[in-house]
Amino acid sequence: MTERKTITLNMGPHHPATHGVLRVILELDGETIVNATPHIGYLHRGIEKIAENRNFQQIIPLTDRLDYAAASANNIGYCLAVERLMGIEVPKRAQYLRVIMAELARIMGHHLWLGTHALDIGAMTVIFYAFRDREMIMDINEEISGYRLTPSFIRIGGVAQDATDQFVKKVRDFVKWFPKALEGYHTLLTKNKIWTTRTMNIGVISGEEALNYGLTGPSLRGSGVAYDVRKAFPYSSYGDFDFKVPIGENGDIYDRYLVRMEEFKQSIGIIDQAIENLPSGPVQTDNPWVANPGLPEVQNDISALIRRFMIHAKGTPVPKGELYSAVEGAKGELGFYLVGNGDEHPYRLKIRSSCFYLASALPRLLVGHMIADAIAIIGSIDVVLGEIDR
Amino acid sequence: MELNTVFDAVVEKCPGSVLQQAEQFDAHEITIAAEAFYEVMKTLQGDERCGYDMLTDVVGIDRLPRTPRFDLLYILLCSKDFSRLIVRLEVDDGQEVPSVSGIWNSANWGEREVFDLLGIKFSNHPDLRRILTWENFEGHPLRKDFPLLGKDFEKPFDPTTVQDYC
Repeated sequence: MTERKTITLNMGPHHPATHGVLRVILELDGETIVNATPHIGYLHRGIEKIAENRNFQQIIPLTDRLDYAAASANNIGYCLAVERLMGIEVPKRAQYLRVIMAELARIMGHHLWLGTHALDIGAMTVIFYAFRDREMIMDINEEISGYRLTPSFIRIGGVAQDATDQFVKKVRDFVKWFPKALEGYHTLLTKNKIWTTRTMNIGVISGEEALNYGLTGPSLRGSGVAYDVRKAFPYSSYGDFDFKVPIGENGDIYDRYLVRMEEFKQSIGIIDQAIENLPSGPVQTDNPWVANPGLPEVQNDISALIRRFMIHAKGTPVPKGELYSAVEGAKGELGFYLVGNGDEHPYRLKIRSSCFYLASALPRLLVGHMIADAIAIIGSIDVVLGEIDR
Repeated sequence: MELNTVFDAVVEKCPGSVLQQAEQFDAHEITIAAEAFYEVMKTLQGDERCGYDMLTDVVGIDRLPRTPRFDLLYILLCSKDFSRLIVRLEVDDGQEVPSVSGIWNSANWGEREVFDLLGIKFSNHPDLRRILTWENFEGHPLRKDFPLLGKDFEKPFDPTTVQDYC
């Protein structure tokens, strides 16, 4: 009898199916994974340390680079944390615009997931359709903020500027077009025999275990736990909108897929309600510490000029205190633990990254499966390394 | 969960362990004595009156020059009614904290991150390695005395030469 030997396979950090720079060391017995060790940190930029030395406004572009596939959803999380600590109320119109941007970002993040996940498993067509529609959202981002991927449109105390007519038209066009596109994705995958065989009963995790591993977002909801920060801790007028939290039953890849596909539909529903009921009014709070005076005001009023200068050069002091504030990002609960000490810089900004905990569950999900399933499982939990490594 | 019921359960199991209570934005916060820490965490997860089945995050804060130096926060979530509880523990430099990764699996990476970036050691942790920085990295970047930039980046921080770093 010869002894059974395992071999070690190094997957990543440059493997195309790891969606960035995730490295997983797999120990294989034949083609079965017996042990998996994820290694992260290849994209560590020290955002938390940088944030301690920047003004509160200057941190907004850094948050864009967390989950860069759904940038606006990160902006809203950070800005809410600062506003809650300062006790600032954001005008209704700005809240609705934030919701539109965050939901568009969610759709954009799910597009990237859908395209690459299907590509990893071998369905090549989907990525072309997904990126075609993702392009429309990028155009909307460009229209309102000038940037396509990282808009930094949501600011402390409101949003950067008011919505243009062109923006409203583009969003309406997208809302009208997208259900048809979504039907197209379903015809490509949902009942596809190859797709279901590759995804059903693979990477199963029960709801209880998923909670214990700290999974959030679609990966937790795929296991049947209806935890959505938008419902559990409503923020930014999410209570005004009518939407459902889709949940799965088995907690396998296919259920996580179905949950995200349903989220597409719910998100587009929220955008539709928000753009049709967009209230009128200002898009910035009137709190002089954070309201950035516009150009006409600056050119006619010396105090507005000084205020603008102070906000940009010195920053806004945030009172002493600390709080945990979370939002539902595209991948799950994105939390910010913010400690202020009366200064213009945060004393500490801890980012609770959903992808970090999703990746930490990889050993549990991978062990016992075939090596080809590893690709499918990594795709199904939808990690973005920018958010894991921060 | 109602804070009162949670409080009762904790006091019953480990009397005198709750040093302080406070209200945060949408969460309750309790400060726990270091000796009873592991028992309290076990109660919070296991006792049916508490039922905090998800550890959302582990946060470490460096409060230099205060003693004890660090604040360690465990953000818990109850999946039944989606209420949050924040457990605060004050830890001094060099003091070991019992790992809760046996209670919540998510603590495994959460505590590794705190160890890597702040240098708080956890006893009974299954795999306490650096996670975001590399293996031979010296120092802990999120400590307040870790230099942000400068020519002596590798050397320990000396506050008297602070101008050199700016």
